[in-house]
Amino acid sequence: MTERIYFDWNGHAPLVAAAKAAMCEMLALGNASAVHADGREARRHIETARRVLADSLGADSANIIFTASGTEANNLALHNARGRPVLLAASEHESVLRPALEQQAILFPLDSHGLPDLLGLEEALTRHPRAFVAAMLANNETGVLWPIAEIAALVHRHGGLLHCDASQAFGRMPVDIDALGADFLTVSAHKMGGPLGAAALVLARDQAIVPLLQGGGQERGRRAGTENGPALVGFAAAILDGYRDWQKTRRLRDHLEDIVREVDPRARIFGEDRARLDNTTCFALSAGSGHSLVIACDLAGIGISAGAACSSGTVKPSRVLQAMGVDEATARRALRISLGPTNTEDEVSRFRQVVRERCGMLESAA
Amino acid sequence: MRGSHTQVRTNHPQLPIYMDYQSTTPCDPRVVTAMLPYFTQHFGNPHSRSHTYGWEAEKAVDQARAEVAAIIGADEKEIVFTSGATESNNLAIKGVVNFQRDRKRHVITTVTEHKCVLDACRHLELEGSKVTYLPVKKNGLVDLDELERAITPETVLVSIMAANNEIGVIQPLAEIGRICRAHKVYFHTDAAQAVGKIPLDVNAMNIDLLSVSGHKLYGPKGIGALYVRRKPRVRLEALIHGGGQERGMRSGTLPTPLCVGLGEACRIARAEMASEAERLRQLRDRLLSGIQARLPDVYVNGDLEQRLPGNLNISFAYVEGEGLMMGIKNLAVSSGSACTSASLEPSYVLRALGVEEEMAHTSIRFGLGRFTTEQDVDYAIEHVVEAVERLRQMSPLWEMAQQGIDIKSIQWAEH
Repeated sequence: MTERIYFDWNGHAPLVAAAKAAMCEMLALGNASAVHADGREARRHIETARRVLADSLGADSANIIFTASGTEANNLALHNARGRPVLLAASEHESVLRPALEQQAILFPLDSHGLPDLLGLEEALTRHPRAFVAAMLANNETGVLWPIAEIAALVHRHGGLLHCDASQAFGRMPVDIDALGADFLTVSAHKMGGPLGAAALVLARDQAIVPLLQGGGQERGRRAGTENGPALVGFAAAILDGYRDWQKTRRLRDHLEDIVREVDPRARIFGEDRARLDNTTCFALSAGSGHSLVIACDLAGIGISAGAACSSGTVKPSRVLQAMGVDEATARRALRISLGPTNTEDEVSRFRQVVRERCGMLESAA
Repeated sequence: MRGSHTQVRTNHPQLPIYMDYQSTTPCDPRVVTAMLPYFTQHFGNPHSRSHTYGWEAEKAVDQARAEVAAIIGADEKEIVFTSGATESNNLAIKGVVNFQRDRKRHVITTVTEHKCVLDACRHLELEGSKVTYLPVKKNGLVDLDELERAITPETVLVSIMAANNEIGVIQPLAEIGRICRAHKVYFHTDAAQAVGKIPLDVNAMNIDLLSVSGHKLYGPKGIGALYVRRKPRVRLEALIHGGGQERGMRSGTLPTPLCVGLGEACRIARAEMASEAERLRQLRDRLLSGIQARLPDVYVNGDLEQRLPGNLNISFAYVEGEGLMMGIKNLAVSSGSACTSASLEPSYVLRALGVEEEMAHTSIRFGLGRFTTEQDVDYAIEHVVEAVERLRQMSPLWEMAQQGIDIKSIQWAEH
């Protein structure tokens, strides 16, 4: 069997070597809240990790709240809407959407590329002043980038607060909290080469936070629970010494899209002429089901994704695409390929073979 | 790092000696070995349903889930992975009460619970629930009659820890479970300190919810679990919403390596619990008798029989706690709970036992564990005896006590 090919980096990015090394060293250390030497050593490493993350975002390390996942960070942000009306688009990640809908959120419309209709947003902001707006920087399914700074200015003009989920973008493109203008920012380690189990909610300025988890007063009372020292240290190592050259995935991505257009001229590539993450493509072939291509790819040793990796396991049409006005049948055929810096031209060629065989079969069956 | 301390005195082990196993435990090297492949080779997202990478990770998570279930006699479908016991406790307590909030909203707990249980309860009180904080007896155990009397038709949940983090006392879980079941009240137990240390069986003990911590049983930090009974079903409201992982009870990508680590830690603990408990009990008794043989006025806090084998909490009269901590700095121990040990407030657990403030201040928690040796214990005895004797020689209170003056009878002048 040939080497397997991993094309699902938006689901999870493989741990980078530097992070693994840093974590192994840390696994033996003590509880960071204990006062003895082992505990102090662990505390020092965690505070260093906090500074590394803060520096990389242009934030103050006092305003970093470490959490166990991006999902938890998003939930914590939405937990702090505190009675403000919540505004967001239906293309947000489930971990933003679900807690928002628990608070009777108001949805604002998207255009066919998955970008917010800024006039529609402004109208919503006028009707719901002092709103809490959630806007993701890079969409996990399509990779489409939102104009967060522009949205922030709009939100602040109407006395609102902005939360930005930058889980997919962080570590892959520059993310600066001031440049974005967000009041709350979610970043996650395992999408950029860091370990699972480390993420953060970052605040633009020091402010009171209502915690989701109460207890020992860790994270300045904003998130209780013994710190996951090894994961945080791995996160920092991935920031300092992680994957480089995410930009180079763009050439491979463009090549993949050429292949898609070549085998199926009527294929639809979502957000193709909009600003996107370099590594992501989301497309729907004109016929056949998305799942059969996923299965064909898996049999050929290539891991790709139909929509986002979540828990459902059910074959549901992509919610993100439907929010962009894509019809259900097309949404069902959608596939996501997300690349990483270690993918190669050879791997893309192998994908081409699989797709050509698959599409050839579809043609002969028709 | 521990391994880097090469200073070895004659007949003495490597320093400092780690005796804070109730605060956290080092990862067992076997656990680390089990985890490592899931960082790099089998790195898939366990929720990816479209490729082998995801399936491999999911399989590993399921195996780990079965191990966690096995150590408490549960079914694997009843295990929800969380980021740690703090989250498990928050999820159990707020989750059950919030689900039932329109019907019943009275919770019973004890004053010696871990801070995260007490804080979660306080949060519920702010939201309009009623909470009864049961006192404990002098030995740290809950009074079962008092518990039964506290239950009202409004009671939805009883949350009582399995083993205390400071004094190691083990609550009568089976009896508590029987009372709760008879009154149709959910029973949650924070078993962060108990899992893998003492036998636990959720069915025999009628436990409906049980919190597990990874890093207290030689597993990794950042992972824990909550057992949620299926028959009869316990319903709860999630704290963290999103992709619907863990059957909607806890969203977020599962950290495969950490889940695998917790599973392996449970597997090892299940295989070795009996022999390890016996070994630790002997070490603990050696430590206590070694100190008591050479020092008068030493008091054990909490019941010595109903107690974790690796825990010893003792107060040394006539010395100051901070002075003692400084005097035994070659021993990594705690004075009060590690979570709050940055503050110098006397331990609320010891105060609840009726230990006087002075004595609570002079308490030291020795936590022995898997890698503690006889040599470590003998060194600790020497070190503690030496430090206490030195401090007592400097203490005017000790001098007075030696002269037969009852210190409590002295009327101190107000400054």
